[in-house]
Amino acid sequence: MSVSGNLREPALAKRHRIGQLFEWLCCGSTWFGMIVLALLLLSIGWKAMAWPTPDADAVDRAAATKTDATATALLSPRPLSSRFLTSYDSRIPQKAGIKAALWGSLWLLVFVAITTVPVGVGAAVYLEEYSNEGRWKRIIQVNLSNLAGVPSIVYGILGLTVFVRMFGLFGHDGKVLDLNLGFAMLSLPLPFERSVISGALTLSLLVLPTVIVSAQEALRAVPSSIRNASYALGATQWQTIRHQVLPAAMPGIMTGVILSLSRAMGETAPLIMIGALTYLAKCPGKIDGVAAVWEHPAGLLEAPFDVFTSLPIQIFNWVSRAQPEYDHLAAAGIMILLVVLMVMNTAAILIRNRFQRRTQW
Amino acid sequence: MTIMQSFSELMHQRQQRETVKRSRPVETATEVSKLEVSNLNFFYGEKQALFDVSMTVPERSVTAFIGPSGCGKSTFLRTLNRMNDIIEGTRLTGNVTLEGQDIYATEVDVVALRKRVGMVFQKSTPFPKSIFENVAYGPKIAGQRNQKELQGIVEQSLKRAALWDEVKDRMQDSALALSGGQQQRLCIARALATNPDVLLMDEPASALDPASTARIEDLIFELKQNYTIVIVTHNMQQAARISDWTAFFFQGYLIEKDRTQKLFTTPKKKQTEDYITGRFG
Repeated sequence: MSVSGNLREPALAKRHRIGQLFEWLCCGSTWFGMIVLALLLLSIGWKAMAWPTPDADAVDRAAATKTDATATALLSPRPLSSRFLTSYDSRIPQKAGIKAALWGSLWLLVFVAITTVPVGVGAAVYLEEYSNEGRWKRIIQVNLSNLAGVPSIVYGILGLTVFVRMFGLFGHDGKVLDLNLGFAMLSLPLPFERSVISGALTLSLLVLPTVIVSAQEALRAVPSSIRNASYALGATQWQTIRHQVLPAAMPGIMTGVILSLSRAMGETAPLIMIGALTYLAKCPGKIDGVAAVWEHPAGLLEAPFDVFTSLPIQIFNWVSRAQPEYDHLAAAGIMILLVVLMVMNTAAILIRNRFQRRTQW
Repeated sequence: MTIMQSFSELMHQRQQRETVKRSRPVETATEVSKLEVSNLNFFYGEKQALFDVSMTVPERSVTAFIGPSGCGKSTFLRTLNRMNDIIEGTRLTGNVTLEGQDIYATEVDVVALRKRVGMVFQKSTPFPKSIFENVAYGPKIAGQRNQKELQGIVEQSLKRAALWDEVKDRMQDSALALSGGQQQRLCIARALATNPDVLLMDEPASALDPASTARIEDLIFELKQNYTIVIVTHNMQQAARISDWTAFFFQGYLIEKDRTQKLFTTPKKKQTEDYITGRFG
């Protein structure tokens, strides 16, 4: 029997064992993150669904304040309830809710989107489609990547100086600029103070580098044959960008924008820096629903310059309070924030998949 | 000399076909030159790609450019509608005139030039839109807003490109759903929709199967009655089948340009003969 004919090789078994071990290790690393995340979600969900069991002191306190039956009926049975979404923050944990923060976050989202999309996409189009390769483009490109890595607290300081204080250009008390828009009067306070617009502009600065870089990548992915075909038909550069390049790159751009917006929604540090961490029992512009807009339409113009709070700020606020009930409120707030972010990220994924199927070269 | 004989056979078949298709044979048609190129040098950065090329392209005829890869025939084609302008770091000296007007003059608008000199690329590039939108794109960006006019233009262009019967019932379907050969004819229809005088084709059939190639060749044969066509091709049989004039490029030089029949049967230059008999390239 020749050696080459031998199909049983004991040394091979060891190599197979090493391979098997490696597979288990990789599998373990995959599940490590998933399990930690699941534990975290479970513990937060658990907290959000029940108040802490009252200790003897708390029972005594409750007895001392002589709560009657009607008052107890107004208290929510658990932190995460429908009441939680429709009431303002309160010094009584059972009455506290996240309404002001929800509306504040919504306004932030709208204004961050309004400022980020045109500026971000415009910059990306300029860099990818118009500017020539060269030293300036390289410098801008490197700086964009660097800016994307700057800690968010630094953007907070920037926002505080530029938007909240405006370098102190308008004196100690500031100025109010009254603008006549034709249909309404707009009172523009200068500087912006700790308003929605300050927060939104600060968050826009924070996410712009990411938006620009991801939009650039989306534009670069559009094949140049499409551009050439458009030019060959007598299109100008703007027409080519408007009718061919931008529509083709739109899914990629939208994905980047939505992911950046959801990052902006979760940011806390820069907003604390510009002074958004305060007790607040009102929504920006006193708007808390469609009916409120109907009753007081001027609120839409006032809201951007009103004080605000946002979901992560409210959560931070509760976590830093002493009573254990607020811990559970914070957990409920985290659940709401996670739902908002997951909805946004799912939207980004759906948009990407939908358009990927439609456009194939 | 068998290759030469096969070419002359091709020529013979062609002549028969032409006399069937139109009353007057090409040989006696009066030649009016559409494009005139003189002393053209072209550079990609430091590298010179074309050397002192001069030629005329006669109106309502098919002129084919042949030559080995990298000989400059595509570059030369792209100088005729200034598509090379898009590439950074290119430079050009010499003269190109379209009906006597210098197309590289400072007052010439490239957009206007490209409307008159259309182009079809090697890889069919339908836009990711409907069939209708693809063909209507040229007239639309030129300012045509009237929906009825647009429909007329689209129908006429698709008919000229011999695609109308295949797509008339699904004008709103995505152009990407068409087959490769149909996509290329769609691109030809799209180029015709801007109503050009000259049609440049950069190896329009090289990525297609033989049946689709034959359809495109028939189409080119039809189109030359109304358009001046310049075609780059790798395929010498194709050049022999469809063109009236053939220009042979080699290493950036225009070696020889003559009537297709003469060039393929009695080439003047040794290099041309070597190339068409398959001795190199």
